[in-house]
Amino acid sequence: MSSMTRGSQSIYFGEPPYILSSGSVVGKKEGEGPLGTQFDMVDESNMLGEETWEAAESTMQKEASLLAIGKAGLKPQDIRYLYGGDLLRQGIATSMGVEALQIPMFGLFGACSTSGEALALSAMSVAAGYGDRILAVTSSHFGSAEKEFRFPLGYATQRPLSAQWTVTGSGAFVVGLDKSHIRISGVTIGKIVDYGLKDSQNMGACMAPAACDTIMRNFEDFGRTGEEYDHIITGDLGYIGSEILHDLIKKKGNDIADKHLDCGKLIFDQETQDTHAGGSGCGCAATTLAAHILSKVEQGEWKRILFVPTGALMSTVSYNEGESVPGIAHGVVIEHC
Amino acid sequence: MGQTLEEKQKKEKAYQQYVKEKTPQHNVFANMCKAFVVGGIICTIGQAILNYCESRGMDDIQSGAWTSMMLVLLSVILTGFNIYPGIAKWGGAGALVPITGFANSVASPAIEYKKEGQVFGIGCKIFTIAGPVILYGIFTSWTLGLIYYLLMKVGVQL
Repeated sequence: MSSMTRGSQSIYFGEPPYILSSGSVVGKKEGEGPLGTQFDMVDESNMLGEETWEAAESTMQKEASLLAIGKAGLKPQDIRYLYGGDLLRQGIATSMGVEALQIPMFGLFGACSTSGEALALSAMSVAAGYGDRILAVTSSHFGSAEKEFRFPLGYATQRPLSAQWTVTGSGAFVVGLDKSHIRISGVTIGKIVDYGLKDSQNMGACMAPAACDTIMRNFEDFGRTGEEYDHIITGDLGYIGSEILHDLIKKKGNDIADKHLDCGKLIFDQETQDTHAGGSGCGCAATTLAAHILSKVEQGEWKRILFVPTGALMSTVSYNEGESVPGIAHGVVIEHC
Repeated sequence: MGQTLEEKQKKEKAYQQYVKEKTPQHNVFANMCKAFVVGGIICTIGQAILNYCESRGMDDIQSGAWTSMMLVLLSVILTGFNIYPGIAKWGGAGALVPITGFANSVASPAIEYKKEGQVFGIGCKIFTIAGPVILYGIFTSWTLGLIYYLLMKVGVQL
């Protein structure tokens, strides 16, 4: 066994890479939410000066990347590699968004877990010595996601109460060797977990078993309990998925209910913003991490957290062909230093 | 993983049942009341248009055609101004079932896919939602017509 692997799915970094900076760009609804003042940039039009949802999402990724790079006092050419992805077919938001940066890139698809996947790969690359500074970026856009997965925005329909609201936002992170107050000390890469649910309008329930699996694996691989984390923060389980996660973890003999936060619950106000079961999308976990969670870790208010973005890996084709919605979750251990 | 297919299916079934219990649903009775109000209002507007047309001396067929056209126009305009989705969010099937809902289901893809071009955008995708209704509507009426014709042939009076 190599020196950095832990258990069956985790890595513990001997020299943990640092998160040097982050950038977050969001749309109007997110700007009006509880975290509204913490985002770097709020675009009231949701279009960022572009004509289409897809182009707007691309531009968000570019802006978030430039913000993160700029806050680290760097230029795009100082970044060795880029890991990025989004929800659109063939990952066009990323490839068209980061083209202007001219950074060698890897395109990812992890649905809403992409922020975790990108951060894990960035940290692994830095720890392995493949690059001194790596950029992780992801995004989602309400308009492009509805169009991709559901109906045209003008279509008259009633959303089920279990439906979640795709966050319009992009988060970017520079991971590197330069010192900061935030480190990625380890990662737990998730497996696909599928309990046969077919309701893509209840994604929290589809993803909760994956989150449970990754969290329990993280505890086991690192020999930890929930007590050793200030918070366990999932990506976008929302209100229904979070409750299910608590039940599933309880069944395994643990209780994380008082430690658990969910970005899908943090980003919108449940009373006033009418999102039904909370926020979702790649941008949900990414912007909440960039704008809210990292500042808590940086200030030392939280010493160690487990960030677990969750993804529902379906497509409209698999859905129409009657396939279930498989879930995945990646765990990233983020520590104050 | 050491679990048989049967065990896996049992586990999945138990989870699906559990999720069903955990997931809140819209209140069916409240939804029906709202649908009654919204659907009723739309139909009342239709009746008003019909009555007006008849008062201007049009016959039944002409009045009916004008009523349909006016309701479709109204729905398309409200869809364009993004008002119709709000009506449907509250009124549910009351907004979906009348002809105005059908008009919305054609107008909304036209707006959404306009950016993909006149042919591959609007042209190919305008009926993505209404298409099944049109196809199976025509197919059903054709089938019924055939049955009607065959019954007539064997001398059944309808």
